[in-house]
Amino acid sequence: MSRRFEGPSDPGRRAFLILAAGTGAGLTLASVDAVAGLGKAGGDLVANAFVAIATDGTVTVTVKHLEMGQGVATGLPVLVAEELEVDPADIRVEFAPADAKRYNNLFWGPMQGTGGSTATANSWQQLRKAGAAAREMLIQAAARRLKVDPGALLARDGAVIHTASGRRLAYGDLVRDAALLTPPADPILKPVSDFRLIGKAGIKRADSREKTMGAAIYAGDIDLPGMVTAVVARPPAFGARLKSVGKTAALAVAGVVAVVPISSGVAVAADNTWAALKGREALKLDWTLPDARASSEAIRRDFAGLLAQPGMTVRSEGDAEAGLTAGAKRVSAVYEVPYLAHAPMEPLACVVRLSPGRCEIWAGCQFQTHDQAMAAKAAGLAPEQVEIHTLYAGGSFGRRANPASDYIVEGVEVAKALGVPVRLMWTREDDIAGGYYRPAFMHGFEAALDGAGLPSAWRHRIVGQSILDGGPFAAMIKDGIDFTSVEGAANLPYAIANLKVELHSPKLPVPVLWWRSVGSSHTGFATECFLDELAQAGGRDPLELRRELLAHHPRHRTVLDLAAAKAGWGETLPAGRGRGIAVHESFHSFVAQVVEVTVAANGRLHVDRVVAAVDCGIAVTPDVIRAQVEGAIAFGLSAALFGEITLKDGAAEQSNFHDYRCLRHSEMPVVEVHIVPSTEAPTGIGEPGVPPVAPALCNAIFAATGRRLRRLPIGETVTA
Amino acid sequence: MISMTVNGERHKIDAAPEMPLLWALRDHLGLLGSKYGCGQGLCGACTVLVDGEALRSCQIPLGELGGRQVVTIQGLERVSGRLGIVGRALMAAWVDLDVIQCGYCQPGQVLTATALLRANPAPADADIIAAMDGNICRCGTYQRIRAAIRLAAQRLAGAK
Repeated sequence: MSRRFEGPSDPGRRAFLILAAGTGAGLTLASVDAVAGLGKAGGDLVANAFVAIATDGTVTVTVKHLEMGQGVATGLPVLVAEELEVDPADIRVEFAPADAKRYNNLFWGPMQGTGGSTATANSWQQLRKAGAAAREMLIQAAARRLKVDPGALLARDGAVIHTASGRRLAYGDLVRDAALLTPPADPILKPVSDFRLIGKAGIKRADSREKTMGAAIYAGDIDLPGMVTAVVARPPAFGARLKSVGKTAALAVAGVVAVVPISSGVAVAADNTWAALKGREALKLDWTLPDARASSEAIRRDFAGLLAQPGMTVRSEGDAEAGLTAGAKRVSAVYEVPYLAHAPMEPLACVVRLSPGRCEIWAGCQFQTHDQAMAAKAAGLAPEQVEIHTLYAGGSFGRRANPASDYIVEGVEVAKALGVPVRLMWTREDDIAGGYYRPAFMHGFEAALDGAGLPSAWRHRIVGQSILDGGPFAAMIKDGIDFTSVEGAANLPYAIANLKVELHSPKLPVPVLWWRSVGSSHTGFATECFLDELAQAGGRDPLELRRELLAHHPRHRTVLDLAAAKAGWGETLPAGRGRGIAVHESFHSFVAQVVEVTVAANGRLHVDRVVAAVDCGIAVTPDVIRAQVEGAIAFGLSAALFGEITLKDGAAEQSNFHDYRCLRHSEMPVVEVHIVPSTEAPTGIGEPGVPPVAPALCNAIFAATGRRLRRLPIGETVTA
Repeated sequence: MISMTVNGERHKIDAAPEMPLLWALRDHLGLLGSKYGCGQGLCGACTVLVDGEALRSCQIPLGELGGRQVVTIQGLERVSGRLGIVGRALMAAWVDLDVIQCGYCQPGQVLTATALLRANPAPADADIIAAMDGNICRCGTYQRIRAAIRLAAQRLAGAK
């Protein structure tokens, strides 16, 4: 029943296994992969090692992605198990070392990383081929042993079976022979109709037991001999510079061993966490504040000014300006979203150990090979001298995929300064006030309706900071357009003859980053709310208008219809209650949601129910997919209801969960998730559940109260 | 030196009396299932049972612990009596329903639920929500947590 999952709990185990494989005790298979159509990155697709089978029959699957709760440690081994014909519950899972060649994200080129909801999609061919190659080698070995044709053999339940005679050879008995064979270049994959695991119910999570028992190991749990714990005092405003350090009082705190300036601030290291925290409080620091200090008020004013001016053209069809003038009815609105912190339950942490010519890092890395390169630079080493031990991450939502590798670099700098292993910890206050936020955005819409109430022109102007600008991935900005600012708006699926999408990317002294569903986290909100306004203005049902404008988008329509049917769309609700709908494509998956709310006479808002319909291609592990959508809805509701970082004098005004509110048990609606059956290759699921929540919620509030909410967060009450 | 009883064992810890219990558990006793999430008693990730009551270990100075019995998630599996029976039923339900995602908040959720079911073997949904409201889960596993608590309560009632 319980899966043997030993990876992150036992950092020494991997070295042992590699050694064992090297001595010929086991079989390590390289799966050749050249995934036409899926591997769209420019880099080479090279041989990858994912499957190892020991002489005792133990199957070890190497997972190249970070397990941050989204279920890769469960779903990815299922892809192998399906082809290898083993019970996924018997698979040992290990997290891969940082290696841009063998373990690169196939969608990203020569870089290992987890993000953009790509884990299953980029592994879909690769891991099935890895399993199929192993299966073919085992069958080949059995055919030689039994002196029969391979076609007379069948792999099933960890053994090769000669169907005619019933003879059965366990995988473990075949490993030595199979190891001498050349791996097949292009193993034959099972047809979808033969799947016995993929898409089936009953696959249990690999990490349930150890996480429930409190035995799972995260970065902050690593303890090395001689290790100190460090926290960092960071600038009181983004861009402030350290002028002077008064460290006497800090050093006087019992347990504090050192105070060292590093590039991001001043680190206090101690022999326990409490002493490090007390030591940091005792620091006397002087900072030089920058001239440019961000304030939310000024940013809103500037954004509103930009909305009045044409921006860079992202997409243009027909003649939007002429269409706006010619329409029978004009509708305009401005939507607004704030900066948001990721606030994963586990604040950032890493453990670093330096020795001559070597750097070891334990962390829940989202960007393993990028963090490796950044750590190497900070340590004065070559990337291959940096070993990353990827552990579980206690949530991330994009925060641990930071091009600046901020907390990793801090850990290396402190370890280098002190000459001992370091556990680098962020507090919640560090996390909330530390920047790397989802950028604030303002969306301005102008639309025209024709005589039949259908939209004939749509002009969408977007204002907000570029995430890619100034960072190592800035080359992905094309013709001035950062696609992460406009995704979900640039590809608006609705059939509108005259359509224009524009972008302003003002530069601001606030560090920004991708946040679960990235651009779609705000474009989905703005476009799906405004479409609802057009339905109202044109006297049309919000579902029917969407269906009509999506005639050429069958997958959008399917999820809309499914969500609407399951939610009872069109059925009357009592006064004070309302139902709203939204649909959005992101990461090549399609999600529609119907939200039901109650707004009490005093304005008190309660989200009662969310019905989601999802098309993410073949649903590899359906229960994990349902869990991801349940979680995405909670995450999206947290932001829609409460999430807001406001800036004053260059710093965040929020600091912890009391003023950066997150959804709690009492605020969690009943959630139903319905998965559309599909034979398409799998697409993203970690993020696509987020974008439809906020617009469906605001549309539901409109249905309940007649009030349009165009600025997030909503808060606990809807005031008249 | 401060004396304390954790998971049935006596410990003497060389630490300041104002040090929160959380850091003593983690840094001195190596009981790593108690997680730091906020340090302000706002999130519940550090929850432990103190004489059977679910409390935030980040808010309990060592000097105020006195002779009270502390149970962490590591102790729940083998603690005797009603507390252990309830705790183990909850952990089994948690695993059966695949509640967890990132897992970081879950030890605190399980311990808070243990205190609830021990005090109230047949909680209504409103009781569950009220008891659990101080435990944040950013992965949004709330619905499954409620289901696991209901499942454990049903199984415990059936086992009587």
